Amino acid sequence: MSQYLILIYEDEASYATATPEVLGEVMQAHNDFAAQVEQHGAKLLGGNALQSTGTATSLRGAGSEVTDGPFVETKEALGGYYLIEAPDLDAALAVGKICPARFGGVEVRPIMTFE
Amino acid sequence: MTVKDTGADASAVATAVADAHRREWAFVLAATVRVTRDLDVAEECVQEAFATALTDWAAHGVPDRPAAWLTTAAKRRALNVLRHRGVEHRYLPLLVEEDTVPGPGDALDDGPDGVPIPDDRLRLVVTCCHPALDRSAQVALTLRLMCGLSTAEVARAFLVSEPTMAARITRAKKKIALARIPYRVPSAEELPERVDAVLSVVHLLFTTGHTVPAGEELVRRDLVERSVQLARMLRRLLPRDPAVAGLLALLLLTDARRETRTAPDGRLLLLEEQDRTRWDPAAIAEGIALVREALRTRPPSRYALQAAIAAVHAESPSWDDTDWREVVALYDVLTQVWPSPVVALNRAVAVGFACGAAAGLAALDALGSEPQLAGYGYLPAARADFLRRLGRVDDARTAYEEALLLTDNAVEREFLAGRLRGLGGPSH
Repeated sequence: MSQYLILIYEDEASYATATPEVLGEVMQAHNDFAAQVEQHGAKLLGGNALQSTGTATSLRGAGSEVTDGPFVETKEALGGYYLIEAPDLDAALAVGKICPARFGGVEVRPIMTFE
Repeated sequence: MTVKDTGADASAVATAVADAHRREWAFVLAATVRVTRDLDVAEECVQEAFATALTDWAAHGVPDRPAAWLTTAAKRRALNVLRHRGVEHRYLPLLVEEDTVPGPGDALDDGPDGVPIPDDRLRLVVTCCHPALDRSAQVALTLRLMCGLSTAEVARAFLVSEPTMAARITRAKKKIALARIPYRVPSAEELPERVDAVLSVVHLLFTTGHTVPAGEELVRRDLVERSVQLARMLRRLLPRDPAVAGLLALLLLTDARRETRTAPDGRLLLLEEQDRTRWDPAAIAEGIALVREALRTRPPSRYALQAAIAAVHAESPSWDDTDWREVVALYDVLTQVWPSPVVALNRAVAVGFACGAAAGLAALDALGSEPQLAGYGYLPAARADFLRRLGRVDDARTAYEEALLLTDNAVEREFLAGRLRGLGGPSH
């Protein structure tokens, strides 16, 4: 088994303007997702939603210069992630496919292991 | 065979090894990967097996089953390497395989006189063409791992530098290992989609070879032959897959015209001008039988339909006898199965021959705003041809000039320039 991080990139503006019904659907979709992961031979190890990039603070360079905002400004920003365990990339991608991301998409990255 | 009569056979042995390299590389490599679960180690061992074959076959004669001999030699070498190298020297994690991990015991019990070696080429080719790899990586890996081409040869085929190609292949192999793209035949439900990716790669290899994007020659014969060889291999591995039958038919029927596509002076000859008596009758017969089989499945695959269109031309005794209505009808079905601006362009050309140049031009002009066709040289070239037939010389000239700007293939450029000269000097 290997671990993969599913990074959820979505348009933050769409969330800011979403109706309570839509937000309710999104919440339900994530609950359903959590229940379906094991059907794909994978296991959910963890995950979180992030506050919007408006709350982010970046530190960069040798002097750790502090700037207000995300490290990279993009239309579709990292808004949450799931950590899963899956037998191979095909299974991880199957989980990625059912991961809710109605205002964007997801990226599946293998976790590096150190032996 | 005794040692004394082998000296004279050195060239025969070299030919046998070269022949086995061309035919059996993928089989031997795919079986060896199962032992090593590491693509680089497997490639090294297979290369060494072929090198050993040169001396061993010269001394002991060419074996009856060269693939089995080579596979056993490569696997034996692999087990040695693995035993001596140890885990700590491993650079990449082992490939994921769902079956039992082969141990030293069962790895060698098949071979020249034992149990038949399982054919792992399907798992190797679907791994090379995994959708998580980009198309250029899929193509490079397929040529390298399935056809046994060197990195330099793959680089030459795609007109990129050797370091660029080496980096592309290394990155792809690294992704297979680190992201754990599994080395296995996909489940029955995933298989059609995965085979489709393989067929796209084979088709791309064929079209790249059939009309080289840039350069002096129209055709790169080696790529065409490799793609036909891959399509034949897929046909043997998946004998009931109609898309595979369709693709092989398409390649055979298109390639049947190879001798007639250019004049002795290298000039491009259109279908209209080609000497049909020099088309390859064996390739046409084989292609047509495959088309019939491929069209029995509903809905037909896009390759089966493209092959059916090629078959209409192949069966027509002359250009004037071409059944253009049938061609248009096939393009209509193709548009439904595989909507694509390029298909729409080809359909418009067929409409021009079925219903007259004016109708063809109208169909082409409807595609003028298609973003995917912007910069596609065949659109202005097709327009120019209809304008020329309609006697609209100035418009035709403008269109030929536009088409000339959009192709880098020397043979195609010469054809367009010739048509331009044929229009005479500007009338304004």
